[in-house]
Amino acid sequence: MSKPAEPVKSTPWSDPTARPYVQIERVTKSFGDFKAVDDVSLNIYQGEIFCLLGASGCGKTTLLRMLGGFETPSSGRILIDGEDMTGVPPYERPVNMMFQSYALFPHMTVEQNVAFGLKQDRVPKTQIAERVATMLDLVKLGGFAKRKPHQLSGGQKQRVALARSLVKRPKLLLLDEPLGALDKKLREHTQFELIGLQDKLGVTFLVVTHDQEEAMTLASRIGVMDHGEIVQAGTPLEIYEFPSSKFVADFVGTVNIFEGKLIEDEPEHVRIGSDELGGTIFISHGISAAPEAMVWAAIRPEKIFMSTAPPPGTDNVVRGAVQDIAYLGDLSIYLVKLPTGKVVRVTQPNTSRHAEAITWEQQVYLSWDSSSPVVVTR
Amino acid sequence: MIRPGHLRKVGVSGRGLVVALPYLWLLLFFVVPFVIVLKISFSDIDLAIPPYKPLIEWIGKNSLAIKVNFNNYAFLFTDPLYIHAFLNSIKVAFISTLLCLIIGYPMAYGIARSTASTRNVLLLLVVLPFWTSLLLRVYAWIGLLKANGVINNVLIWFGVIHEPLTMLYTPFAMYVGIVYSYLPFLILPLYANLEKMDWQLLEAAEDLGCRPWQAFYKITLPLSRNGILAGSMLVFIPAVGEFVIPALLGGPNALMIGRVLWDEFFSNRAWPVASAVAILLLILLVPFMMWYQSVQARESAGAR
Repeated sequence: MSKPAEPVKSTPWSDPTARPYVQIERVTKSFGDFKAVDDVSLNIYQGEIFCLLGASGCGKTTLLRMLGGFETPSSGRILIDGEDMTGVPPYERPVNMMFQSYALFPHMTVEQNVAFGLKQDRVPKTQIAERVATMLDLVKLGGFAKRKPHQLSGGQKQRVALARSLVKRPKLLLLDEPLGALDKKLREHTQFELIGLQDKLGVTFLVVTHDQEEAMTLASRIGVMDHGEIVQAGTPLEIYEFPSSKFVADFVGTVNIFEGKLIEDEPEHVRIGSDELGGTIFISHGISAAPEAMVWAAIRPEKIFMSTAPPPGTDNVVRGAVQDIAYLGDLSIYLVKLPTGKVVRVTQPNTSRHAEAITWEQQVYLSWDSSSPVVVTR
Repeated sequence: MIRPGHLRKVGVSGRGLVVALPYLWLLLFFVVPFVIVLKISFSDIDLAIPPYKPLIEWIGKNSLAIKVNFNNYAFLFTDPLYIHAFLNSIKVAFISTLLCLIIGYPMAYGIARSTASTRNVLLLLVVLPFWTSLLLRVYAWIGLLKANGVINNVLIWFGVIHEPLTMLYTPFAMYVGIVYSYLPFLILPLYANLEKMDWQLLEAAEDLGCRPWQAFYKITLPLSRNGILAGSMLVFIPAVGEFVIPALLGGPNALMIGRVLWDEFFSNRAWPVASAVAILLLILLVPFMMWYQSVQARESAGAR
């Protein structure tokens, strides 16, 4: 059986000779009986923005704190630039962290906050002033040097925190929900600024977030975490288009999942019978699954076509009635109820201003390309 | 029957009453006694009951004489005893405050960083001594510190010393008493301040290269400044005028202004001089009280 087609890679993580910059080797962290991080191994390469994505309590923050030195792994080890970090306290690590709460020192000005780490390293005074000024200009806070944190807006505080953690030129920057406290518009804007800044400085970023959109925008690669484990690591495209499990497919983006069984298993195609769908799903490539095993076909809402007239062909077509419509402006979300009772989510871009709209209760045909469904076995 | 409507007609509102109550309290129990003491401090001593001459007197039929006597104040500055007692009181209060701070800061810090359940127990233990009278607790220290007291007996029994140490009626005993009695006044405001502290700031400091003690010195200490000041004032201000503890535990050399005041008032029956001492003591402490108030105001405003 052949594997599904995968996107072309020209990236260090697909190059076996590339030396990883951060190596997490079989790291476990237990709190009593509870394993917050469970046997995680991960390589991060220089210049990457790696996002740990997961719901709260999945262990992503614990993993981040172990990299920062605030928690000690129960077992396993962490190497940064080839150096074993076991037993190295936070103040001696070549790592800086941007805290979710920003943790700006309230009794110091913006300038003093940013200069704090450099002073600690006994950098000469003239150099400190220069580096702080450059960094503040870089985060567009040049005019705010003398302000105290309580005189700043949320977005400005975020920049100070970023400047403070970057000014020491760490080998690895840890960002804990860096944009979590910003409102939506500002968040989108800041995402792109963050990428620009990372590009300019070449610092390796490790970002923890629960926001999949944030992860998709920022990341060179995403590691999806669940119950202390990294369930899948890959580029945003791989994670979205080639999820390895129901959990990943469902966690990243929205998806329609149909439970079914393999009824035809050929090297070049498979056919899945699904009672939930009330029909069969034809997939134009082979998959690796045991015969008669339970499988799940995951189809993204934007990959389903909806029409009032029956589409040609009999494969991958199903009939249903529109149950609900959400008009979002750029696109509309339709909830279509199949005769089996299953509700399918379909999104359609609103490409025309005067399109003949599909309305409530209308009978529609749903169809999809035979390459669209992703089959997962767990 | 008085209904709110009736009161409003004469210009008394509920809010006005609520605001007026504390002022009434201050008037009755602070301003009036203060004016009386001030009045006595400007009068002449007299062998009578009360033992001073009136300040305002009718002489003849139609003339009122006001006789203000500054001698009592002048006397305080000519006799070195009073200056000495004032300076000594400030010294004792200052050292006691410092000792309270050294002992109390780690305690307040420990309480603030403990888990919620332990914290309540520890706070209760700090407040618990208040359930017994101060006098009783100071007397208990006599039992502990005297020549054949608990401490000496235990030390002799263990063979640490062979002769009992002289602790009672020494400055040492006085400091023990003051620090012991006033420690909670320092711990509680300091705890209230440290409890609000964002401990993540310490992680941030360590992340930026601080060792834990450096993080404490550069972050925790400056951020708890208001708590330190408030607690210190709560120890310093009453300790300056402290009378009971030096009298019971300190030796005859423990010349504190509170004791001088007592002696003038009860032994010498020199009410005018005693009143002058009291007024000077108050004037001395007013700047500290005002400082304390401004610290409190800053603390509750949340600006650091």
